[in-house]
Amino acid sequence: MNQRRKISIVAGACVVLSLAASALILRRTDQLRPQATAEDVLFLSSPKVLKRASLGYDGLLADIYWTRAVQYFGGRHHNNAQSYDLLFPLLEITTHLDPQLVPAYQFGASFLAPPPPNGAGQPDRAIQLMEYGIQNNPDDWKLYYDLGFVYYMNLKDYQKAAEAFAQGSKVPDAHPFMGVLAAQMAQHAGEFDTARMLWSASYENSQDKQIRANAIEHLRALRVDEDVTHLQQAVTRFGERTGRLPVSMSELVTAEGLQGIPVDPDGHPYKLTPEGRVELRVPDDFPFATKGLPPGFKPQPKFRSQDQ
Amino acid sequence: MRARVVHIASNTFREAVRDRVLYNLIAFALLLSGAAILVGQISIDIEKLVVINLGLTAVSLFGVVIAIFIGIGLVSKEIEKRTLYTVLSRPVRRWEFIVGKFFGLAGTLVVNTFFMAIGVFAALFYVSHKFVRADALILVALYFIVLEFLIICSVALLFSSFSSPLLSAVFTFSLFVIGSFAEDLRGFAGMAHGFTRWLVTGAAYLLPNFSAFNIVSSIAHEQPVAAQLIWQNTLYAIFYATMALSGAVLIFEHRNLK
Repeated sequence: MNQRRKISIVAGACVVLSLAASALILRRTDQLRPQATAEDVLFLSSPKVLKRASLGYDGLLADIYWTRAVQYFGGRHHNNAQSYDLLFPLLEITTHLDPQLVPAYQFGASFLAPPPPNGAGQPDRAIQLMEYGIQNNPDDWKLYYDLGFVYYMNLKDYQKAAEAFAQGSKVPDAHPFMGVLAAQMAQHAGEFDTARMLWSASYENSQDKQIRANAIEHLRALRVDEDVTHLQQAVTRFGERTGRLPVSMSELVTAEGLQGIPVDPDGHPYKLTPEGRVELRVPDDFPFATKGLPPGFKPQPKFRSQDQ
Repeated sequence: MRARVVHIASNTFREAVRDRVLYNLIAFALLLSGAAILVGQISIDIEKLVVINLGLTAVSLFGVVIAIFIGIGLVSKEIEKRTLYTVLSRPVRRWEFIVGKFFGLAGTLVVNTFFMAIGVFAALFYVSHKFVRADALILVALYFIVLEFLIICSVALLFSSFSSPLLSAVFTFSLFVIGSFAEDLRGFAGMAHGFTRWLVTGAAYLLPNFSAFNIVSSIAHEQPVAAQLIWQNTLYAIFYATMALSGAVLIFEHRNLK
C-alpha cells in the first residue's frame, strides 16, 4: 500500500469518525438544553415584510409557512398542548404570501376552531381566516362550507351558518347540499341529521386520509350519540310507565318492542347501569362520542372536535 | 461577423461546461426529488404546489446565481489570463467579443433550464401521476425565467466590462434585488412630488423590472397568463438586454486594455 493510499484511508476514517462524534455530542447537548430546540419562535411576524423579503418567490415561502403551520399544530397537538399562540400568525403569513392557497384556509380553520386539546379554541380567528379566504377566492364554494361549519359546530350560530351556506350555494358549481344545509340551519332542525350531513360532506370533499378517517370517527360517534339519546328516552318512558328503572337491557328491549339488544357501530351491545344510564362497552373506541360515556371519562384528543 | 460571434459564444458555453457549471443540476435533482417525497409526509394538500413553486424557484435562483457569477467574470477573467489579447489580435471586434460572450452565457442558461424543466415535469408526474392541460402553463413561467436571465446576463456583462468581479457581483445582485421591488419603486414615485417624483420615476424605468416576470405563484394555482403579457415581457427583455449590452459594448470599446 503506497503512502498516498494510506493517507487517504486515514483521512477518510477521520472524516467519518469526526462526523459521528460531533453528531453524538450535539445530541447530548440537545438533551442538556431541550428548550433551545423545542421553543417556537416567529422571527418575522409581519406578512407584508415577509412578502417583500421573498423577492418574488412568495409562492414557495407560503408553502414553507404552511408546512410550518402544519408541523406546529401537529407537534403541539401531539403533546396535548392547551395553547397554540403561533398558529394564527403562521396561517396569516401563509395566506398573505399566497392568498390562493385554499388548503391553508380549509385546514387552518379546522386547526383553529375546535377547543383545546383538539384545536386552538379560536373560532373567531378561524372565521377571520375564512373570510379573508373568501375575499380572495370568492368562487370557491368549499370555503363558504367551511365557514358555515365553524359557525355551526363551534359557535352554534345557526343564523350565520345559514348565511354562509346560502352564500356558498350561489357560487357556480357549488355542491347541491349547500342549499339543503342553508335550509336546515335556518330551521334549527334535525341536529343529528345536519351534523351527519356535514361530516359526510367533509369525508367526500377531502382526499386526505387523515381528514377522511377523522370524518368517519365523527360519524361513528354521531351514531352512538343518537342511539344513546333514543335509548335514554326509552329508559325514561319505562320509568314513567312502571315507576322503576329497567333491571337489564333485555327488559327494556322487551318493554319497548325493540329488535334485539342495541349495539354500537363496532357491534358491542350497549349496557344499562343500575342507575339507569345507557353506556358504551368500550368508550375508548369512540373518542368523539359525547353521550354513553361513564361519569368522569375523558376521551383521547383527536384531530377535529365535534361539539355536538 | 456572425461566425465569429458564434465561435465566441460556443467557446463560452464550453468553458462554462468545463467549469462544471452544469453540476448544479445534480443539486437541483436532489432538491426536487427530496421535496416531492418529503412534502407529502410533512404537509397537507400542497404536494403539487410545492413541486411547481420549489421547482420554478430553484430554476430561477440557480440560474440567477450562475448568470451573476459567470457573467461578472466573462471579461475580467479574459483580461486576467491575458487570453483577451490573443482573441482581439485576431480579426475579432470588441463588440463581437461582448455579444458572443452574452450569447454563450445565455445558451448555457437555456440548456441548464431545459434540463431543470425536465426535472420539474418528472417530479410533477411523480406527485400527480398524470399531466393536465394547465401544466403547460409551467412552460410560460420557464420562458419568463429565461427572459429574466437574459436581462441579468446583460447587466452582469455591463458591470464586468468596467469593474472588478467582486464589485460587478455586488452591483448585479443589488440590481436583481431592486428589480424585484420595482413595483414599490413605482409606488413611491406616485406618492412623491416635484423633482423627487421625476427622479424616482426615472430610476424606476432605468432599473430592470422583474416583477412582471414572476408568475410562479399564479401558475401554481393554474391561473391563465394573458398573451399580451407574454409578448410584452418578451419585448421588454429584448429591449432591456439590448440596452445593457450596448452599454457594455460602448464601455468596452473605449476601455484602455494596455
